[in-house]
Amino acid sequence: MKNTDKRYWRGLEELRNDEKFVKNAGSEFADAPSDTQYESLVDGTGSNRRDFLKVLGFGMAAVSLAACETPVKKAIPYVNKPVGEFPTLANWYASSYTEGGDYASILVKTREGRPIKIEPNDLGKGFSGIGARVHASLLGLYDNEKLRGPKKGDDTKVSWEAVDKDIMAQLGQVAAKGGAIRILSNTVLSPSTKAVIADFTSKYPTTQHVTYDANSVSALIQANESSFGKAVVPSYDFSKVQTVVSIGADFQGSWISPEIFAGQFAETRRVSSTKDGKKDMSRHYQFETTLSLTGSNADYRTAVKPSQIGLVVASLYNQVAAKLGGKAIPSAKVDVAHLDKAANDLIAAKANALVVCGVNDPAVQVIVNALNSLLGSYGTTINLEAPAYTRQGNDVAMNQLVDEIKGGKVDALFVLGANPVYDHPRGAELAAALPKVGLSVAFNDRPDETASLLKFICPAPHYLESWNDAMPKAGFYSLTQPTISLVFNTRQAQVSLLKWAGLNDDYHEYIKSYWRKNVYTQGGKGDYESFWVKSLHDGVFMTPAANATASATFAGDIDAAAASVGKQYKASASGLELALYQNVGIGTGASANNPWLQELPEPVTKACWDNFAMISQHTASELGFEQGDVVKVDLNGKAIELPVMVQPGQANGTVAVAIGFGREKAGKSADGVGKNAYPLASFAGGFLSFAPGEVTVTKTGDFREVAQTQTHNTVMNRKSVLQETVLGQFQKDPLAGRFIPEIHTSDGVVDATDLSLWNGHQYKNHSWGMVVDLNTCYGCGSCVIGCQSENNIPVVGRQEIINSREMHWMRIDRYYSSDADVEDLRGLEIASENPEVTFQPMMCQHCNNAPCETVCPVLATTHSSEGLNQMTYNRCVGTRYCANNCPYKVRRFNWFKYFDNDNFDYNFNNDLGKMVINPEVTVRSRGVIEKCSMCVQRIQEGKLTAKRERRQVKDGDINVACASACPTNAITFGDMNDAESRISKLLSEEREGRAFHMLEEINVRPQVSYLTKVRNKDTKVKVEATKEHA
Amino acid sequence: MNIPSREGSKFFPNFKCSKQLIAFALTLVLSLPFAVSAQDAAADAGGADVAHGETVFKNNCAQCHAITDERVVGPGLKGATSRNDMAWLTKWVKNSQAMIASGDPYAVKIYNEYSKAQMTSFPGLSEEDIKAIFAYVDNAATAAPAEAAAGAGAAAGAPAASSGPSDLFMIVLVALVVVMLLVLGVLLVIVTILSKAVAGGEASEGDTDFMTRLGNSLKGIVADPAIRSAVIWVFALLALKATVDGAFGVGVQQGYAPKQPIAFSHKLHAGEYKIDCNYCHTGVNRGRSAHIPSANICMNCHGVIKKESPEIQKIYTSIENDQPIEWVRVHTLPDFAYFNHSQHVNVGGVECETCHGEIGSMEVIQQRSSLTMGWCIDCHRTTEVNTKDNKYYDNLVQLHASESQEALKVEDIGGLECSKCHY
Repeated sequence: MKNTDKRYWRGLEELRNDEKFVKNAGSEFADAPSDTQYESLVDGTGSNRRDFLKVLGFGMAAVSLAACETPVKKAIPYVNKPVGEFPTLANWYASSYTEGGDYASILVKTREGRPIKIEPNDLGKGFSGIGARVHASLLGLYDNEKLRGPKKGDDTKVSWEAVDKDIMAQLGQVAAKGGAIRILSNTVLSPSTKAVIADFTSKYPTTQHVTYDANSVSALIQANESSFGKAVVPSYDFSKVQTVVSIGADFQGSWISPEIFAGQFAETRRVSSTKDGKKDMSRHYQFETTLSLTGSNADYRTAVKPSQIGLVVASLYNQVAAKLGGKAIPSAKVDVAHLDKAANDLIAAKANALVVCGVNDPAVQVIVNALNSLLGSYGTTINLEAPAYTRQGNDVAMNQLVDEIKGGKVDALFVLGANPVYDHPRGAELAAALPKVGLSVAFNDRPDETASLLKFICPAPHYLESWNDAMPKAGFYSLTQPTISLVFNTRQAQVSLLKWAGLNDDYHEYIKSYWRKNVYTQGGKGDYESFWVKSLHDGVFMTPAANATASATFAGDIDAAAASVGKQYKASASGLELALYQNVGIGTGASANNPWLQELPEPVTKACWDNFAMISQHTASELGFEQGDVVKVDLNGKAIELPVMVQPGQANGTVAVAIGFGREKAGKSADGVGKNAYPLASFAGGFLSFAPGEVTVTKTGDFREVAQTQTHNTVMNRKSVLQETVLGQFQKDPLAGRFIPEIHTSDGVVDATDLSLWNGHQYKNHSWGMVVDLNTCYGCGSCVIGCQSENNIPVVGRQEIINSREMHWMRIDRYYSSDADVEDLRGLEIASENPEVTFQPMMCQHCNNAPCETVCPVLATTHSSEGLNQMTYNRCVGTRYCANNCPYKVRRFNWFKYFDNDNFDYNFNNDLGKMVINPEVTVRSRGVIEKCSMCVQRIQEGKLTAKRERRQVKDGDINVACASACPTNAITFGDMNDAESRISKLLSEEREGRAFHMLEEINVRPQVSYLTKVRNKDTKVKVEATKEHA
Repeated sequence: MNIPSREGSKFFPNFKCSKQLIAFALTLVLSLPFAVSAQDAAADAGGADVAHGETVFKNNCAQCHAITDERVVGPGLKGATSRNDMAWLTKWVKNSQAMIASGDPYAVKIYNEYSKAQMTSFPGLSEEDIKAIFAYVDNAATAAPAEAAAGAGAAAGAPAASSGPSDLFMIVLVALVVVMLLVLGVLLVIVTILSKAVAGGEASEGDTDFMTRLGNSLKGIVADPAIRSAVIWVFALLALKATVDGAFGVGVQQGYAPKQPIAFSHKLHAGEYKIDCNYCHTGVNRGRSAHIPSANICMNCHGVIKKESPEIQKIYTSIENDQPIEWVRVHTLPDFAYFNHSQHVNVGGVECETCHGEIGSMEVIQQRSSLTMGWCIDCHRTTEVNTKDNKYYDNLVQLHASESQEALKVEDIGGLECSKCHY
């Protein structure tokens, strides 16, 4: 076939021809597991005839009984309707998401006084990209396992007054004898909270505030202090980047502010097919151990061992320094691919180059600083003038605190939501020492691993119930406002601290007066009250300081750094090394008790509900491991047992384990899911290290299947599913990489789409469609959760994922491509060591010639006059013919009733969890098919608003949940009949270019188009030529 | 292959259609006489004065006075003309304060009796106006009992009407069977007579009496397997039809008029005082729900009006205890059906009464429409889209005009599509 020079594979299962894969590849739905854990009645697949008859009989009886009398339903109005609150009409509030150091400027959609959706706040410029965790934080509000009120010892009935009295009395005693008081927290973004802590400290002067982060970048802060005299995390601007080299920094997945960086970076990756459209792209190099989300999007990726990584930085520095006249440093030669090329591209990009490094080692970071300084990146892509405050943790201070607590030197400890027993490598030591602290108070929302060991728990409400503010970056202020009244008898930590310090405990007023003194004075307009109302309305306020930029001069000691690097890292090491990494969805594990996040397939592995030991195929073969073998990962006696995940792209001789799993006291959804890898992290020179050294890995003989989704929904013939090219070819021909199917007829060759048996549809008014840009989609999964939250998609749990019965309407397919030539059949059977990765969001394509519609025997799926493929649940009888006939495998069957069912004990199984349900979308019951509706509820709402206002629908009035969730705006939704809409303009630019329909040859004519992926790689011919020269 | 969704949904409404018409016709027939008689009663006794008086009364007095002897803010006006003469009344209405100040004994007495609340003066009202008011009051006092009786009759008639269709069907069926039996009997008699006549002389042979022969032929009929199976089939089909009809009725609450926790009268508020529906049902133009008014809306008026009525005291109790009033829901749609009031009322310009019936005459609210899918679809098939001054529809109107001579119906713009109501 023309233009296809690649073969794709979805996972190793496909190359290995696993029995399960082969079996499922041919059928739409996996069979029920033979040892089903549900009785046949509950299980939709059981074929017990007697049960069926019993149910039928009961059903008849129930219907006749129900018919006798009308069930009386109540209509209960407000006693006193709040102004501005209209039942069935949504209210939106601007707010801020903060968890640990993570920040996002958000809008909260509330219905009848309860938040039901989180969307990005466009006014929060620079911080409006929101990831899966932010979307899912909504469900955290309705977590049924939080504390209902204060807790003293084991007493949960205690009142706030009693707790206050006790704590204040004990605080008084501690203060009287001058005992040490410590406040322990993760990064605190809120300047007002810091002011509260300062007030508390002035009342109790022996107080110290210690900050740590589970995913610490403490070394970066330290390096900036020694290089530039500023102990901060700089703000990065990836939108100005021409060449980025990332060494172990997963900047699109987990490093500092991934969604923000990804959003900026996507702007450099956008290209246009028009004649004078943008045809240049940034280039991205990645050197890393584990195939991270960022690495899978890189143009050139090199797998390196953790023990080499410092030398990679040093070598890169030397190469650049040699050409730019910098001072060379002594460094062992490290032999890794693409290093020379990366150095050349960095030099070519100069000030628009950026080197980022995720290694928490100050020596390495100093060299990175020197390198960036040499390139002149400070002032363009890196900005120290307006630093980011999203990571403030200090590893050294935290270690001191652990020592203090162990030594019994701390008399009072206040834990501000942090959970060091779980997420600090020295958690076990802390756990042993914490009961010794005289007065210990946690503000955590549940008796988690840490809080349960403390004497008091004064639970703080969820951020959606709280007043707060945040300063994620210098000059960028943001407010958090409550969007629901308190769900439980909780109290904000700030209120508690103010009360115990004997101050006015109205934290709302406190923030207001803090802003009056400190923020309003930085350029607030109008009188203070209107400034405050406007800030609250906008959610954010930016002072000129936020835009300050300046270059910086490197003044660090690069020789000392080089010496340290030379000592720490080896060019080649033979041992099996451990690398810890952060999972994109679960993160540090702080919000692990969130079934949405647990079930979000990790972007690269597509695994959920588990962590595992990732090993490359090569190493696995060497060690005799296979996928699913449970192995013991032993680091000097500290060991955890995990199933093996054979992962292409993983550096040979390494094993990687995700942090954030293995919670013990978080709640039903998190406890016992995976194993806690934090104890395996270590400290190098006082800094947290996720590369703790060499491990031994041995088989235990057990087997545990990892729940992975990628191979579940077969898409046959991927030649026309994925279409990609490289930049050089795209510049010559916008149609490069396109697959244009042709049919040979008696009248000659015609396009496959020219022949049709169908009459087609006429869309008179609207024609809703979507365009997905594969070039800017980087696979993060934010849309998956955005969709789940909008469309009431149930959680099915690990076993059901293994049974191939996930319910997500939106999935992101991840494809690996073979290095081998398409003719090299033998080569194609071997998994690439370091494959190219492509992500492709996949949802109902809303075909015009929809195969599903023709096979439905009851017309439950039909076509609308606006281009939508409609799914009517109340009509569906569950034949599943439609799903079998769907070429894209996007239809989902409700095998069970997922609500009020103890087998699925997630948020749909309790009244509080059900508060998250979007009242505009039906909760589907057992036995019906469901699929992406293109957010028809939003379309209807948008149209109705236009009708009420007697105007036409404007582009942008309506946006689907996935498109609005996308941090990189990779999805464009709109009316293709409206010539002025973004989607129409985009399609008119790309129609003779990158726009393609998936499986174009079957001529189903989807309303969803994709744009070819363009990699900024040299064309293959060129690569071969250079090989010959060499 | 392009199967429009409407073909699928056709099954539904057509089944229902005939039944619906019967129900509607029957309701109309049963309610008409009462409606007419009530109007007659009002018209007879009145004349122009009464009609004028009613207008003036409702515009000026109804906020504080009832036409009965019920005490609202001020005294009930029933019998006011017998307590005082017209001249006194005219003076009082025009300027009551002056009369109290002048020391008129009755005026002072009333003033003190009503805790020294001053009545608003109406110097603008002419003597004719005031005369008309009291003509209306006196007339209403005599007409009220008749009307109440009529109302009771209508109320009694309503349940019969609602359960009408299936009863009527049965009555017609029974009548048909009776007529057929009669015809059968007559035919049998004729056959007998004729056979006798044909037999003529051979009377001796055929001398068996009529009853025996009838018995024989009946036996023959019963013994005939064809007839037997036909009867069984007819019976089975009738039973099936009854079951199917019954099944369509499951969950249909037409005629449902439960007792409400507070005897709120739409007849009084919407009918007599003509309070706009919007005033209480504040959401009707904005969103999906029309809103059951919250207690604070009641208090806009009942903060001063009829405070001591036991029914209104229930609202006070609700507010004092911060306990909402639990109204019984009358109109309920299934969870999988989406309905939006603003689409119909605000955009479509549909009157409330189109679906809810004559709310203004309902003492207790009742579900008048079946609220079935067939009922929705029927309306969407026949209703013209309210495109006037609405730019949203401009394209559609233009396109439709170029294709068709007929008016633009809801069904023409996708009003029958599944995802308009189900998602």
